[in-house]
Amino acid sequence: MANPSAVCNGHLHHQKQNNNFLKSGIYKKNGITKGVKKNGVSNGTLYKKTFIEHFEQAPMYVAVLTFLGFGVGTIFGYLRDFMRAWGLEKRNIAAEREEQKDFVPLYQDFENFYTRNLYMRIRDNWNRPICSVPGPQFDLMERVTDDYNWTFRFTGRTIKNVINMGSYNYLGFAETDVNALKTVTIELQKYGTGICSTRQEMGTLDKHVELENLVAKFLGVEDAMVFGMGFATNSMNIPALVGKGCLILSDELNHTSLVLGARLSGATIRIFKHNNMQSLEKLLKDAIIYGQPRSHRAWRKIIILVEGIYSMEGSIVRLPELVSLKKKYKAYLYLDEAHSIGAVGATGRGVVEYFGMSPDDVDVLMGTFTKSFGAAGGYIAGKKDLVDFLRTHSHSAVYATSMCPPVAEQIIRAMKCLMGLDGTTQGLQRVRQLGKNTRYFRRRLHEMGFIIYGNDDSPVVPLLLYMPGKIG
Amino acid sequence: MDLKRVKDYIYWLYYQYLLITCSYVLEPWERSMFHTITVTVLAMVVYTAYVFVPIHVRLAFEFFSQIFGGQTKSTV
Repeated sequence: MANPSAVCNGHLHHQKQNNNFLKSGIYKKNGITKGVKKNGVSNGTLYKKTFIEHFEQAPMYVAVLTFLGFGVGTIFGYLRDFMRAWGLEKRNIAAEREEQKDFVPLYQDFENFYTRNLYMRIRDNWNRPICSVPGPQFDLMERVTDDYNWTFRFTGRTIKNVINMGSYNYLGFAETDVNALKTVTIELQKYGTGICSTRQEMGTLDKHVELENLVAKFLGVEDAMVFGMGFATNSMNIPALVGKGCLILSDELNHTSLVLGARLSGATIRIFKHNNMQSLEKLLKDAIIYGQPRSHRAWRKIIILVEGIYSMEGSIVRLPELVSLKKKYKAYLYLDEAHSIGAVGATGRGVVEYFGMSPDDVDVLMGTFTKSFGAAGGYIAGKKDLVDFLRTHSHSAVYATSMCPPVAEQIIRAMKCLMGLDGTTQGLQRVRQLGKNTRYFRRRLHEMGFIIYGNDDSPVVPLLLYMPGKIG
Repeated sequence: MDLKRVKDYIYWLYYQYLLITCSYVLEPWERSMFHTITVTVLAMVVYTAYVFVPIHVRLAFEFFSQIFGGQTKSTV
């Protein structure tokens, strides 16, 4: 924090400008810190460690070859469509009946051109059933196709020990080790698996209260509330928090659950460029200056929706700048830590700890238990008033069934392990190991010459392949 | 032993060609059609180059040398 009585570095008019802003904290404008320098020592940058993100562009020949590959696919697609239309080949896609040809069309042939001709050829690589726990290696069911991916059949055999590169099991808590799951089995026998009620009716068990207290302690906030499904946490609670007359500023690349929640709420939505604080600041300024679209009244609430780690790019949100912007313009911040909770930060407490900030800076902390904790469900944490409001007004609390007890116990045991409450340092070891693995993996892939996106510390590693032939 | 390595290397090159031109995903009859067309077009390009490029180069050389050097060339 800058000292207002410090000696200025010689620019008198800058000093005058800074005085009103100093009380709301440090913030950056256009990448330059406008702080008072005392004897040549600046008041520090916002980031305590370097923030390196890569989004490199592919070389030209790769782009040309990618287009060439798609061109070949498209030409053959037209050829096959022609053959299908003229009856030279059997049609395998959904089509309307002859009698319904005069009605409004249900299936437009050209809309699904790429699905039919390009995706079908390579779709045997996705959506394969697995038959073991998704640890570092797992078992796949063997699946073959006789007619080039239009239909599949299972041979009955399983492929063992396939290396797992794609599941969200960041800390390895989705395990089958009997010792680890002892408490879960006890709870399963005590409570069973079904709750058959919503939170507000008869669905709040003592397990939920224990879990909520533990989550609040883990995150360092006053209170928390847990829900049965992570996607539903976002889509059902954002409409409870904002309504008509409010403004939602959401990042370009937000997850579908956030977008759905924003659209369901009925508020005005404006998009800012991905992780771009200048774009966000411009939107905030316009919102405050011009107000609501036609009446020019002030907005009731301005809320910024961001994610901790974006699951498709692997980039981490620029939290310090965001918090200083939010404090300056008096907006609310909703942070979705689905991928970052348990995976980043020195002790696994998420993006807030990674940047060394206090959880009071973020108004609504949201996260899911699906990724790092090996369970299912989501939580919303924050001040006690907020959580009490959500307990009465959230759509999920009124209509959706609550989390089932064995899953709650799995989260409790994972969280206790992470916090060290079970007496071992295994949780901390796992977090450290994840950090080391992430950095090693990214470094080696980079050395091998692949194009990797995202922040150096994020466990989500997107590898770009570019050519459609290589994807399959 | 060496022959096997050479064969493996050629097969790897063929595999890279299939991946790059996205013909790896095509069905066998489509692949043969694509190979036929590609080979035909390449053959035509090579033939055209073989027949016409030396003549073009020679004419261009004569044209430029006439501008820069050979003003003393007379038709008498």
